[in-house]
Amino acid sequence: MATVTATSDRVSSGPVGGGLPRKLVYYSLLTLFALFFLLPLVWMFVTAIKPFAEWVTPNWIPKNPTLQNFRDIFVDPTLPVRRWFFNSLAISILTTVLTLAVDAVAAYAYARMEFRGRNLLFGLLLATLVMPGIMFLVPNFLTVARLGWLGTYQGVIAPGLAGVFGVFFLRQFFQGIPKELEEAALIDGAGIWTTFLRVVLPLASGALATLGIITFMAAWNEFLWALLILGNEREMLTLPVGLATLQGQYNFDYGKLMAGAAVTTLPVLILYIFLQRYIVQSVAMTGLKG
Amino acid sequence: MATTPQVKAGDVATPSTGVQRRGFNLMPYLFILPHFIFFGTFLLWPFFYGIYISLFDFDFLRPEYRPFVGLRNYQNLFSRESIQFTDFWRSIRNTGAFVFWSVPPLVVIALLLAVLLNGRFRGRNFFRALYFAPYALSVTVAALLWWWIFQPSGMVNQLLGRLGLGQPQWLSEMPWAWVAITVATVWWTIGFNTVIFLAALQEIPESLYEAASIDGANPVQQFFAITIPMLRPVLVFVITITLLASANLFGQPYLMTQGGPLQQTESIMMRIYSEGILQNRMGSAAAMSVMVAAILLILTVLNFRIFGRGDQS
Repeated sequence: MATVTATSDRVSSGPVGGGLPRKLVYYSLLTLFALFFLLPLVWMFVTAIKPFAEWVTPNWIPKNPTLQNFRDIFVDPTLPVRRWFFNSLAISILTTVLTLAVDAVAAYAYARMEFRGRNLLFGLLLATLVMPGIMFLVPNFLTVARLGWLGTYQGVIAPGLAGVFGVFFLRQFFQGIPKELEEAALIDGAGIWTTFLRVVLPLASGALATLGIITFMAAWNEFLWALLILGNEREMLTLPVGLATLQGQYNFDYGKLMAGAAVTTLPVLILYIFLQRYIVQSVAMTGLKG
Repeated sequence: MATTPQVKAGDVATPSTGVQRRGFNLMPYLFILPHFIFFGTFLLWPFFYGIYISLFDFDFLRPEYRPFVGLRNYQNLFSRESIQFTDFWRSIRNTGAFVFWSVPPLVVIALLLAVLLNGRFRGRNFFRALYFAPYALSVTVAALLWWWIFQPSGMVNQLLGRLGLGQPQWLSEMPWAWVAITVATVWWTIGFNTVIFLAALQEIPESLYEAASIDGANPVQQFFAITIPMLRPVLVFVITITLLASANLFGQPYLMTQGGPLQQTESIMMRIYSEGILQNRMGSAAAMSVMVAAILLILTVLNFRIFGRGDQS
């Protein structure tokens, strides 16, 4: 084989140059894995639109598809699903906007400005990367409790703004912008703040969008911390936490549970389908830097 | 690092660009201040505060009773008579077992998937997006979905039934409960590792493979002689983050097995949650956290030492 397809011989070059049988094997493998990742998701949506009588039947196509499960969870007075949806949306949007604002200005200072203590402070930021997150759970819970923020949006949002990933990510990007652009603006008499807002930020819109998307998705999906802070305030739950309580309430009511899962999933799934290229690229970047 | 930071910081502060030279400049500090307030409150301070709490009998609901107990919370973790002993070490063993069984597939299969995706074929981005898609879900959704699939009457057992095979109670029998949790975890998170590996594979210069090809190396030889060595830094990174992620296991057993049967899938994260938040023994929970963090830190360092040999980055 090595001699036949000499040019495409690298392990990773796939079916290029390969004959039809090789291509077939290749695509079969790809498809097999694709099914493993895709089918459970499909099964979730299929179960969600099945009527009670069909839940435990193995059909992939429901005989009598219905939206009853969705209607049930939305009208159940003990389940403030609409409120949860709103909470999730509010928390995710606020987290995203605030993270971008806070991280962008900090990243710009760390990337471009000279100041006493810069390396020490940046070293501190770096050092927290190796600290296992498990250490912060109990003390941060107590801090949030002492601030009177249990059961509030800010209780969920504020600790997230401490993260250092966004600062590193944007700093890296800012360092890649040619300095001349900023210097020209400064010479023209613009202040450093104006330069940052008018020159640097527009150039960074792609990086900001990427950070924004992954921040939004992480905030939308957050479970443990949201459970800790909001767990006792039913009205304040986010969808993922609410979904967990749904499991306690509906027990083995699979159709309704999968409808709840579908409602929780749809917003991020739609976001993902449209923006997958940026999302995947941003993840790829985190690895290359490590 | 502890001895010389002042000196280093002073060196750096000597301005080299002409832009903002004169005197003390407040501007940079104003720029970093908003982030630093949150960073200080929720990442720097809790590091010390957590250790401080672990030295007290700290009941969140009884602020008037908060005696200093020294190292007793730590001693309890090592004393057979304490109420913490059995639960704590069981959850450590459980989490250790999960790390042991979940990290190899999460790394090895991810690497194979990345190699598979690294060909120049039509639809690569499509497949890549598909493989990564489950990672976009909340752990609640992923866990609940697999909880449903592994139900006694769920899809897996229906499939096994039709094949005439045995149908275990996946979520309430050992070791099947761990199998179910591991499968759910692999499904949910392996796309992340795959994407990182894929990006790293694309950085490897084509010329290396061409040279090896000319020398007569077959694809498998090339994989071990070129791909693996070139990937080493990324491999260490991926192993480390996967190890830490697996050690932080919480949502999957919380939702799929509630830690059962008989607390045999209760992870250390669940134990700390239960001890600190549900039972209000926060001093003890903080001591557990410090212990676990120390273990993880040691594992991380070991990992870099063992797998990172000769690595410059």
